[in-house]
Amino acid sequence: MNDTITAISTSLGVGAISIVRISGKDSIKIANSIFKGKDLTTVDSHTINYGHIVDNNEIIDEILVSVMKAPKTFTCEDVVEINCHGGIATTNKILELVLLNGARLAEPGEFTKRAFLNGRIDLVEAESVMDLIDAKTEQSRKLSINQLSGKLSQIIKNFRQQLLELLASIEVNIDYPEYEDIEVITNNNIKKEIANIKNELLNIINESENGKIIKTGIKVAIIGRPNVGKSSILNRFLDEEKAIVTDIAGTTRDIVEGQASIDGILFNFVDTAGIREAHDIVEKIGIEKSKREMDNADLVLLVVNNNEKLSDEDINLINLLPKKSIIVVNKNDLKQEIDLSDIEHDCVFVNTVQFNGIDPLKNKIKEMFNFEQLNRGDFTYLSNARQISLAKDAYNIIKDIELGIEENVPTDLIEIDIKRIWEKLGEILGETYSDELIDQLFTQFCLGK
Amino acid sequence: MNYDIIVVGGGHAGCEAALVGARTNHNTLLITSNKNNIADMPCNPSIGGPAKGIVVREIAALGGEMANNIDKSFLQMKMLNTKKGPAVRALRAQADKITYKKEMLKTLESEKNLTILEAMVEDLIIDNDVIKGVILENGDKISSKAVVLTTGTYLKGTVLYGSTKISSGPHDERPSKFLSDNLKKLGFRIKRLKTGTPPRIEKSSIDFSKAELQPGDDVEHFFSFYNENHYDVTKQIPCYLIYTTPVTHQIIRDNLDKSSMYGGYVEGVGPRYCPSIEDKIVRFSDKERHQLFLEPESIFYDDIYIQGFSTSMPHDIQEKMVHSLPGLENAVINKYAYAIEYDAIDSTQLKPTLETKIISGLYTAGQINGTSGYEEAACQGLMAGINAVLKLDGKEGLVLKRNEAYIGVLIDDLVTKGVIDPYRLLTSRAEYRLLLRHDNADLRLMDYGKSIGLISNTQYNKLTNKRKNINKLIKDLKEYLLNPNNENNQYLESINTPKIVVTTSLYDLLKRPEINIKDLNKFIDLSYDEDVLEQVNINVKYEGYIVKANKEAEKMAAYENIKIPDNIDYEQIHNIAKEAKQKLSEIRPTSIGQAMRISGVNPSDITMLMVYLKRKNNE
Repeated sequence: MNDTITAISTSLGVGAISIVRISGKDSIKIANSIFKGKDLTTVDSHTINYGHIVDNNEIIDEILVSVMKAPKTFTCEDVVEINCHGGIATTNKILELVLLNGARLAEPGEFTKRAFLNGRIDLVEAESVMDLIDAKTEQSRKLSINQLSGKLSQIIKNFRQQLLELLASIEVNIDYPEYEDIEVITNNNIKKEIANIKNELLNIINESENGKIIKTGIKVAIIGRPNVGKSSILNRFLDEEKAIVTDIAGTTRDIVEGQASIDGILFNFVDTAGIREAHDIVEKIGIEKSKREMDNADLVLLVVNNNEKLSDEDINLINLLPKKSIIVVNKNDLKQEIDLSDIEHDCVFVNTVQFNGIDPLKNKIKEMFNFEQLNRGDFTYLSNARQISLAKDAYNIIKDIELGIEENVPTDLIEIDIKRIWEKLGEILGETYSDELIDQLFTQFCLGK
Repeated sequence: MNYDIIVVGGGHAGCEAALVGARTNHNTLLITSNKNNIADMPCNPSIGGPAKGIVVREIAALGGEMANNIDKSFLQMKMLNTKKGPAVRALRAQADKITYKKEMLKTLESEKNLTILEAMVEDLIIDNDVIKGVILENGDKISSKAVVLTTGTYLKGTVLYGSTKISSGPHDERPSKFLSDNLKKLGFRIKRLKTGTPPRIEKSSIDFSKAELQPGDDVEHFFSFYNENHYDVTKQIPCYLIYTTPVTHQIIRDNLDKSSMYGGYVEGVGPRYCPSIEDKIVRFSDKERHQLFLEPESIFYDDIYIQGFSTSMPHDIQEKMVHSLPGLENAVINKYAYAIEYDAIDSTQLKPTLETKIISGLYTAGQINGTSGYEEAACQGLMAGINAVLKLDGKEGLVLKRNEAYIGVLIDDLVTKGVIDPYRLLTSRAEYRLLLRHDNADLRLMDYGKSIGLISNTQYNKLTNKRKNINKLIKDLKEYLLNPNNENNQYLESINTPKIVVTTSLYDLLKRPEINIKDLNKFIDLSYDEDVLEQVNINVKYEGYIVKANKEAEKMAAYENIKIPDNIDYEQIHNIAKEAKQKLSEIRPTSIGQAMRISGVNPSDITMLMVYLKRKNNE
């Protein structure tokens, strides 16, 4: 962490302004060496300075540069942000100059990591910022920012406080068994308290799955026989919607054919091994592979032709369709030959000839993923896999507890599991172990010899 | 005079430490201000209870004396939390204070390597940060290779009631006035703590008909292991339960500023778990009444201890308070309640062996380390003694882990977190309390006791036998398969458990909550000792939970096993927060596990520390 790191910290090509961020002890020196304007090494901290980026006297761009000195910066190190005019070529050129002058390209999330390691932010915040950086659409930006505001932390903290009080009540029964005035906590009490948290936790987990959609988008696989118009449909999406062309490494493990944002939700059209190829995918890669692709997708679009009868291949594919799928009947401008009366899946009729030809499909998708709800915008979900998995752990422990209560396991053993939930929720917040429980015990009860 | 070990103080910590020295053939000297106060119980007349009772069992397993001694001197025995799970069961004894002292003195005097000296220690002899002995009040010097300080509440002890402040230990004993100043000069951080004790009432002046009887258990219990003695359960002495009245509360509220505490006469920090009655009434003002237990102190004198009524009010107010209690309208106070302040050292200046970091060969145990409670003191005395002799013998110290013993939890808390108010053990301080049970302390710890030489062969053979029997019985239960035939199912129904439909092992059957191991007598020979049956019953019934606890403990152990070298320089590690750096430099944890438990050290600091250690190891 002694070196100086840099990266383009805005999505390439999306906005009018791009920011090249530099962090580390040499960041001001490096920025100054490619800057024509004031001497950045002498300007006050937290100032914005007008000038030009130059490469051997050649002016690259007219820019504003923010100089922020340690420790009151995002990473707690010296930070410089060069606000340049968007455009991939210019931004890349500036990045290149910064790199040439001694900075190292930051790894994904490295700024946040430094902020975290320098004690600037806690774990939840770190993860949110990471999400914010990764955020590709307005929706997900909102989600990340909400999380930063501590709304999520507050909900989890409330759960923990509830559990802490329950734990203290149980512990006090154990440590002071002869105090008759203290309510004895029975498995039934626990069952009630826990049921409440269980339901709320389940809500959070479900909503978080939605949150995941907002953040990482919906993975769509388009499948179908050759020449049914799969690529035309894909291209329609990409043409009509704001196509996102960046391909920042590490954002997705899939090979993405294209990305489009529909009403602020990101759609990743994944390569199902050759949508664009003319070859028959079923024939070429076999049923197994297409099945796998379908299982991995959040949504499968099976394209068939309106003017043809369903072939055996079509029917094979229909039988393989997962729950979240739509049969896209293409070429609705041609005479209908297809018979869909025996098909239980959702079907929409589209064409790629007219400008709004695929609107029925878009509407169906919005309905399917409950866009209206997603767009309401009160996002307080867990938004990364680690948090969601911890919440699921906690949820499963609650189920263990319910089982234990069924089996009449003694309360003090049940309590061990309650403590584990409390710890899991604490892990979501990234809090350290502390004497919270002991403190709670003594503020909640009147004890002593 | 020249000794291997000098123990300063004859309380519960001092006795254990001295006995370890003597029993491991080290020439040991116990210095106390008054021989008659050895193993004195200046406060409550009981030993054991939740967590503490398990500590007494652990002391027994390691070869300490407290368990044996209380088994010889109890007035009543009670197993607490019997309606709860096995992990929290704990034994408590009401002690006869006189018998307890007498028996302990007898034990000490029977040790041939142990000398008892009545004197006051005022200073230590130190050469190059190594302990060389002690200096008495009269200037005499006694040399030794190790010193264990167990000074209790005597370091600058001050007794308080109302606005009265007297320099004294309990029982009007002389306090040690200079030792703590001398410790301060050596670099120990001295803190002031406070505790208190309730009034003692003349038994014949109490009308017990207004109180609720609290008898002992009607089955026999012992703290020591494999004890084959018997006692008459009907001859146990009862305790009584009463409640404070609105009048009591009014008297206290009206006179609050007369108490030492609220009048501002107290400097020390009092224990949260043992608040005075005035504290309780102020802090929990909505509570209409508080429970009080009337407990006998001995059969040789008539003092009744009012548990729950500790106070620092002046004597005239104490009279009024006592007389407001049901059954105590005409009570005679034999001894007034008082608060006591004393000096303690900062326990984070200790190594996990209880040796001080500053002076090699100097150990501290008990209230001087900021704890309170006889059991807490005794177990530290035992561990300090054990570690002193291990060091004298050139062996590695014994540090019990948090998943091995409550003693491990206590000492780790002391040296890692330090104390603000007097520290008491609670079950909630233990992460793995399902593993730290009353019933399995011997299985957990007796091997250590044996290796140190504090457990006799006879006793150890019993442990070996017990282990063998447990394993055999578990094996038999697993191997005995029950057919779902009519006869078997009829029996199962007769003991109120559902029929079986497939062949089922007795082991699996025992997992059913409603089945007791003794119900299986019909199928399998169960002529084992009770404690074997109990062990098997618990291990089978709670197997799932025990496995989980063990897994958690293993996770923690992985961190405990990442050792931090003694000579680490935290200034050299970048990116550790300043506060964490300071805490780490101060406490100097021996493992990552310990470092994680230091307050103010965050997960990110631990990450950086681990990265640093890894890099160092690779170099």
